[in-house]
Amino acid sequence: MDLSFFIMQFLSGLTMATLLFLVASGLTLIFGVGKVFNFAHGSFYMIGAYLAYQAVSVWHANFWISVLIAALGAGVFGMFAEATFLRRIYGRAEEGGFQILLTYSFILVIDDLVKLIWGTEYKSLPRPLGFGGAVNIGGLTIPAYNLAIIAIGLVIVILAWLILSRTRSGRVARAAALDREMLGSLGINVPLTMTLVFGIATAMGGFAGALAAPLRSVSPGAGIEVIIDSLIVVVIGGMGNFWGAWLGALILGEVNAFAVSTVPDWASLFNYLVMVLTLIFKPEGLFASREIRKV
Amino acid sequence: MKHRHRIKEVGFWALFFLVFGLIPVFAKSEYHLVLANHILIWGMFAMAFNMLFGVTGMLSFGQALYYGLGAYWVGLMVKTFGEAWFLPAIGFGVLSAVLLSMLIGLLVIRVSGVYFTVLTLAFGQLAWQITFKWYHFTGGDDGIQGIMAPGILGNHIVYYCFTLLLVAVSIWILRRLVNSPLGLTLRCIRQNPDRVRFLGRRVRRNQLRIYVISSSFAALAGGLMSGVNNSIHPDMFYWTTSGEVILMGVIGGIGQFFGPFIGAAVIIIIQDVVGARTEYWSLIIGLVMMTMVLLLPRGLVGEIQAFMARFKSGAGNRG
Repeated sequence: MDLSFFIMQFLSGLTMATLLFLVASGLTLIFGVGKVFNFAHGSFYMIGAYLAYQAVSVWHANFWISVLIAALGAGVFGMFAEATFLRRIYGRAEEGGFQILLTYSFILVIDDLVKLIWGTEYKSLPRPLGFGGAVNIGGLTIPAYNLAIIAIGLVIVILAWLILSRTRSGRVARAAALDREMLGSLGINVPLTMTLVFGIATAMGGFAGALAAPLRSVSPGAGIEVIIDSLIVVVIGGMGNFWGAWLGALILGEVNAFAVSTVPDWASLFNYLVMVLTLIFKPEGLFASREIRKV
Repeated sequence: MKHRHRIKEVGFWALFFLVFGLIPVFAKSEYHLVLANHILIWGMFAMAFNMLFGVTGMLSFGQALYYGLGAYWVGLMVKTFGEAWFLPAIGFGVLSAVLLSMLIGLLVIRVSGVYFTVLTLAFGQLAWQITFKWYHFTGGDDGIQGIMAPGILGNHIVYYCFTLLLVAVSIWILRRLVNSPLGLTLRCIRQNPDRVRFLGRRVRRNQLRIYVISSSFAALAGGLMSGVNNSIHPDMFYWTTSGEVILMGVIGGIGQFFGPFIGAAVIIIIQDVVGARTEYWSLIIGLVMMTMVLLLPRGLVGEIQAFMARFKSGAGNRG
């Protein structure tokens, strides 16, 4: 294995890690702030991918505008789902199980709605203008679009971290994770906060789906593949932990990239292997804190 | 209270044997027999699943793993060694489910709540992926066809009676289990695991026990099913199979012992009537699930019971 091969695989892993992080961080945000486990998070990724396809291929919009449309659409849909359905079961006895069941029903409904609207065949998106080729850096040819994704991901990680740790809205979100009742008595509209957090998280999922669309083909059922990978990420990193999700995504992305290039048929098994190893040695996730207090 | 339980129990068994015993007599076609067989097997599967979710509060999203395991033992053994291995293969399936669930159980019970659900799902999908990709051994996406039970079991009516017997015995065992000290411990674990620890009972060990028991019945269901359909497919491992068994539990009522069985019957009959006419079956399941969770969380049996109780107390107040 020479160095250039290594760097190429590493970058491809980084691309996947970025996309995974965008989905998994939303999942972890919802769980951290709202104590809601959104099983259907991958479906919002799928909605994003299909909206991007719709915008680019049917409305002939610019790719980057389509990505924004996709993120916005997924976010609005997420807020609608939270405000109309999920909100009704907050505080019910054995809420956790019912949350999973309710969001599971979202997966089923969204899957079929997507089939109804866009059909069952695979859709593909061209790479955006100017990012179709490869960049030559020190003798290595790297796909320009992958670099763009990595850069965008980096900006979003930093932005999200700044918002969460430095702004007032971030403080409110973190406070909601700690004590919702107290936050309410301080005059903050907690239900609205929850809906907004849900909206931001699902928008990030939709954003990731739209960005990933030119790399992977878009198909119904994409949601469940993505959710399982992001769940593994979250299990590795520790549920509700922002940096844990980042580390988990990085590990999974890299493991996957190197597995694909060496044992292509069995690559996906390595994801599970990482998860099992984490579980054996650190069942609460790498960023350990049993009671997760941080976002 | 005890007396009323008795009546309910006797009522269930009487109805169970009356309906399912008479089906071979009145069934107009082989198809109806297959349908009744599906209800029996799925009903048992759903009740075993409910030992985890409804009784102990562990929502497993990976019971399809053991269901598929049981089915593939039968399919592969019959295909490789011949029909005579049908019955032993069911036994091997259950045995291997016991071993595998002990191994996986040791991992997954280390975490609780949502994590448990996620991990069981991940292990189920892992099994699906292996089955799907290991074409030489499992036949991959093609599955295995032409699985016939040997000798007299090859007759559809005999096979039906065979399943009826096994399912009845299984349900009886599960019933005994719920009423046993183990069952009581499990219900306490669902309500307050810390208190169970204070009382000197081991939470994890009992959770592992019920995980193994529930999984071995899932494997039995899978093995029996391969003889009904005469074919198996990797989708038996797929997460939607786990989802379907959960839905059966939720529809019937997870707080009720017999609820999941009723739920299985309802789902299979709806599937038979509606599923054949639409390709949007999962949309329907999704909407049903949503309705149940939001409006009827106690399930059909539970809600009817609550309604009857309210009706009675209302009548009592007036009188």
